[in-house]
Amino acid sequence: MTDPRPAGAQRPLPKPTPETAHFWEGTRAGELRLQTCMGCEKTYFPPRFFCPKCGSRSVKMVKASGRATLYSYVIAQRPVPGFTPPYGICVVELEEGPRMMTNVVGCPQTPEALQLDMPLTVVFEPKDDTITLPLFQPAGEQVR
Amino acid sequence: MKRKSIAVVGAAETTDLGVIPNLSQIGLNADAALNAIADAGLKPSDIDGVATAGESPIALASYLGITPTWIDGTGVGGCSFLMHLRHAAAAINEGLCTTVLVAHGESGRSQIAPSAPPSYHPGSLEGQFEKPFGVGWAPTMFTIPLLRYMKTYGVTLEQVAQIPVIQRQWAALNPRAMEKAPLTVEDVLNSKMIAYPFTRHMCCLVTDGGGALVLTSAERARDFARPVWVLGTGESAESTMISQMQDFTSSAAFRVSGAKAFSEAGITQSDVDHLMIYDAFAHLPLYGLEDLGFCQPGEAAGFIGDGHTAPGGSLPVNTNGGGLSYMHSGMYGMYVLQESIRQMRGIAPAQVKGAKISVAHGVAGWFSGSSTIIFSNEAP
Repeated sequence: MTDPRPAGAQRPLPKPTPETAHFWEGTRAGELRLQTCMGCEKTYFPPRFFCPKCGSRSVKMVKASGRATLYSYVIAQRPVPGFTPPYGICVVELEEGPRMMTNVVGCPQTPEALQLDMPLTVVFEPKDDTITLPLFQPAGEQVR
Repeated sequence: MKRKSIAVVGAAETTDLGVIPNLSQIGLNADAALNAIADAGLKPSDIDGVATAGESPIALASYLGITPTWIDGTGVGGCSFLMHLRHAAAAINEGLCTTVLVAHGESGRSQIAPSAPPSYHPGSLEGQFEKPFGVGWAPTMFTIPLLRYMKTYGVTLEQVAQIPVIQRQWAALNPRAMEKAPLTVEDVLNSKMIAYPFTRHMCCLVTDGGGALVLTSAERARDFARPVWVLGTGESAESTMISQMQDFTSSAAFRVSGAKAFSEAGITQSDVDHLMIYDAFAHLPLYGLEDLGFCQPGEAAGFIGDGHTAPGGSLPVNTNGGGLSYMHSGMYGMYVLQESIRQMRGIAPAQVKGAKISVAHGVAGWFSGSSTIIFSNEAP
C-alpha cells in the first residue's frame, strides 16, 4: 500500500502567521479549528480575522467535527520533496462547509480506492514541535 | 466599447516559435514587438504606451528606446495580455496614450534569462494550506477540479481525451504548430501519466516564443491597413488557491469575464464565428464552452464529441492547435489573441471562411483569473 507520508523531513511545512496561529495551535492540540462570523453566521477557511462573506471583524473560533467527504483530487506521479509518487493531492469538503487541501492516508493512492464523496475523518500528523498537519483517512478506519 | 472603441493595427508573433536558442526573454519580447510595430507600419518611437507581463514594462520600454506616457505591468498569469488590451482600451479612450504596445516573450523551454518563477513563502496562504500537501505547479493544481466535473456530469475520460485529438487535427493544418502528428483517443489515454487523470497529451507543451500587438483608437485605426476592432472586453478573478475555487464544475472568473465582454459587445453566442479558449490542460475547453454560454452545464463534452469544434464544425475552437499542440511558452494568452486576430484578418493557416466575430478567452493561474476579448473585422 502506498502512503503519501514523507520519506524524509523535506515536505514543505507551513509557517504560521499571527492570523493563522490559532489554526496550527489547534491541530497541535488535536482540533480542527474553523471560524464563524458572529454577524452572518458564515463558517469559513482559510483563517483570517474577518468574515470573507460580509467583512465583519466579529468572528469566533469553532471546532470542526473532523468529518469530511472527498470533493476532488489528482494522483501525482512526479516526485516532490517529501513525497513518494504516486500520491493523492486531495480537496475535502468539511461537514461545516469549507473545503481544504490535504492528503488522504490509510488507503491506496489509486482511483479505485479514492472515490469521490467517500466519508473521511481528520487525523493529525505531527511534523515538528510547531506543526501538526491535518490529514484525512477513510471514515471507520482505526485512528492512526 | 462601441462608441469609444479601439482596434488592433499591428499583430505578430516572434520570428521563430517552438525552440529558440538564440534569444533571451527580453529578446523574445523585443523580436515580437518589432515585428508587430513593423506590421502596423510604425516605428518604436511612435509607441507611447507599453504593457507586458513577466518582463518589466519599464525594462522593455527602455530596451526598445520608448519613452511611454502609460505603462501596465499587470502580471497575474497567462491572460495578463488580454487584460493589458482591456486596460489599454480604457487608457486610449481616456487620452492617456494613443498607440499601445502589448508584448509577450517567454523562454519557457530554453530558459534563457527567464524571470524567476513565483515562489510561495511558507507563511503565505498557499505556503500554509496547499504546499504542505504535495502540490508542484500547474499540472498538480489546475487539474484537481476535473474529477468532480466528470462525476457531476457523467463525463468519461474518453470524452475528455477527444479534446487533444481534435486540437491536433487543427494543428495539422498549421505549419508553425509544434506537434502535428495525428493522435487518437487511445494515444492520449496511453501516454505517460502526469497527474491522474491527466496524461502527457492532456497537458500543454513547453516552448519558447512571443507575440505583440499595437493598439490605437478605432477612429485612427481606419488609417491603417488591416485593423481588427475590439467590440467588448471582460476580466474577473476568483482565487489563487485551487482548493478555494467555489465550484469545481464551473469557473466564476470565466462566467463574469465572459458575460461582461458579451454585454459590452452587444452580441450573443450565436453571433460568434470563431472561438479561442486558453487550453493549458485538456479540460479548459469544457469549462470555457459552458461558462461563456456556448453550451449548457455538462453539455460541452457532447458538443465537442459531435464535432462542432473540429475542422468543418459549426464553432471552430482553438484553430491554431492550442496550447496542447501549437505552442505554450508558459503564459499562453498572447497566442489566443494572435490567432483570433489572424482569423479576423483572414490570414490564419486554418482560416474559418467568412468569419466576422472572434472571441478570445484567457485564464490566469488555475482558474484564478480570466479575461475575454471580442474582436471583429467590421467596424462597430
